[in-house]
Amino acid sequence: MKKINTILRKEWAEVFKNRMVIFVVAFLPILMTAIPLGILFSTRDTTSASSASMSGINSETTQGMCPEGLSGSDCFQVFMISEFMMMFMIIPVAIPVTIAAYSIVGEKSTRSLEPLLATPITTAELLVGKCLAAVIPGVLATYGAFGIFAFGSWILVANKMLLTALLDARWLIAIFIVGPLLAVMAVVFSLMVSSRVNDPRVAEQVSMVIILPVLVGFFGQIAGLFVLNKVVISWVALVMLLLDAVLVFLATKVFQREQILTRWK
Amino acid sequence: MIHTESLTKRFKETLAVDGLSLDIHEGEVFGFLGPNGAGKTTTVRMLTSLVGPTSGSANVAGFTLGQRDTDIRRTVGVLTETPGMYDNLSAEYNLQIFANLYEVKNGPEQVEKYLKMLDLYDRRFDAAGTFSKGMKQKLAIARALLHEPKVIFLDEPTAGLDPEAAHLIRDFIAELKKEGRTIFLCTHNLDEADRLCDRIGVFKTRMLVVDTPANLRTSVFGRKVVFHLRTVDEKLVGAVRAMPFVREVKAVDNKLLITLEDPESHNPEIVRVLVGAGADVQFVGELRHSLEDVYLQLVKAA
Repeated sequence: MKKINTILRKEWAEVFKNRMVIFVVAFLPILMTAIPLGILFSTRDTTSASSASMSGINSETTQGMCPEGLSGSDCFQVFMISEFMMMFMIIPVAIPVTIAAYSIVGEKSTRSLEPLLATPITTAELLVGKCLAAVIPGVLATYGAFGIFAFGSWILVANKMLLTALLDARWLIAIFIVGPLLAVMAVVFSLMVSSRVNDPRVAEQVSMVIILPVLVGFFGQIAGLFVLNKVVISWVALVMLLLDAVLVFLATKVFQREQILTRWK
Repeated sequence: MIHTESLTKRFKETLAVDGLSLDIHEGEVFGFLGPNGAGKTTTVRMLTSLVGPTSGSANVAGFTLGQRDTDIRRTVGVLTETPGMYDNLSAEYNLQIFANLYEVKNGPEQVEKYLKMLDLYDRRFDAAGTFSKGMKQKLAIARALLHEPKVIFLDEPTAGLDPEAAHLIRDFIAELKKEGRTIFLCTHNLDEADRLCDRIGVFKTRMLVVDTPANLRTSVFGRKVVFHLRTVDEKLVGAVRAMPFVREVKAVDNKLLITLEDPESHNPEIVRVLVGAGADVQFVGELRHSLEDVYLQLVKAA
């Protein structure tokens, strides 16, 4: 555990000296929080009918997501904010991908991997340390952004029933379960990509492909192809868990010491 | 301390190391010489359990390769081909990371000790990226020694360094030798190997020869003695050639180059014969072939 902790601290000491990493870690959560809060603010006086007609959304969709007792305009707000749940899911993907890309490629460019692998650290400890160094900031940033969003909602929304609806189980599953699972998937994917390229920007750009499923989810939801209700999000979490298990298993098979030494260069 | 038997490494179609069998004793400085691409680094990587052998076996510091790899890594120190420092982090933090990874109990004290020993203490808070090549190399040596390893692998420790820095590193290796550590030294610097190593192995995918530097010279070139005379003529050359223990005689200017098996025993007799034949012997000395000559001869022959 001490070795994992050493790797973790070393990674953070290194990557958080990189302006690109700092920018992504700081800017992305701010952006992803400001957008839904801005929407919440701008739609707080909108009536259900006019809102629905503006966006072409039928009231059945919004009513289906709303608990009893909420007005049409409240339901519209619930619906609109739900659309942005997927945007929050970009944070635990983008931040770990950026950190992992700079971490691995940086290690390659300074040729510091061999001395590192020559120590008694196990391959698992090394990979876990590196993964955690990328996952933790992503997850914490997601939680932080969600906390600010929840606090902002509490200030902006007068109807506390609406607040309860906004912060229901769907959101909690998404933020606290799907988010970390997405982060793990993004990091393992980024590790695989970074081991093959020698430029951190290329590693980051290629690894960002992993964000596509999140964007597909985002636009699919906006287009009305599906609604992210409790059941759907629970299934997403289950699938993510299985995917992560498969990816981590593959990573432990692929990233053997010799492979890392001879391939990561 | 290091024992290998038919150690072989193949990367797909490329045979990097072919059946290396070797014994290195405790406290010995072993020079591992060979041209670029000979498989020296691959050998070091195998012996430090960074890459696994394709076949063969090895035992390093009492641990069997492939069975006790973590113990091997815990027991040996490695100076890799490139220093590989974390350039954004301070020299002290660079060492502290490795003290933690090597599970050094008195980490901060060891870090301080080696920073002072290698004259880096005043720059301990500076980022390693601001260091000169020589300073980075010293830092890398400190990193390899933090856990006081019994066996130290040094891969090209003075490559690319200016003469002063190289001299300092060589002195430091000599100090390590005095401490009784076993040192496996990969180098292209034959003078360095000659001065520091107890034995030398010349390697080109397979081991060509292993011996002490002196024995290598003798086995490749024989022992040559130079007799400086006032004048040399055919009569003197003939008189020396007639002696049964003389293997070869060459006259060059006013010198006789004589190849002998045992100069210590035969030189007095040769002097007597030459004086008896009317020669004025000015002085006598052994002609030392450089290790470079030996190395080139062996590598070319391979």
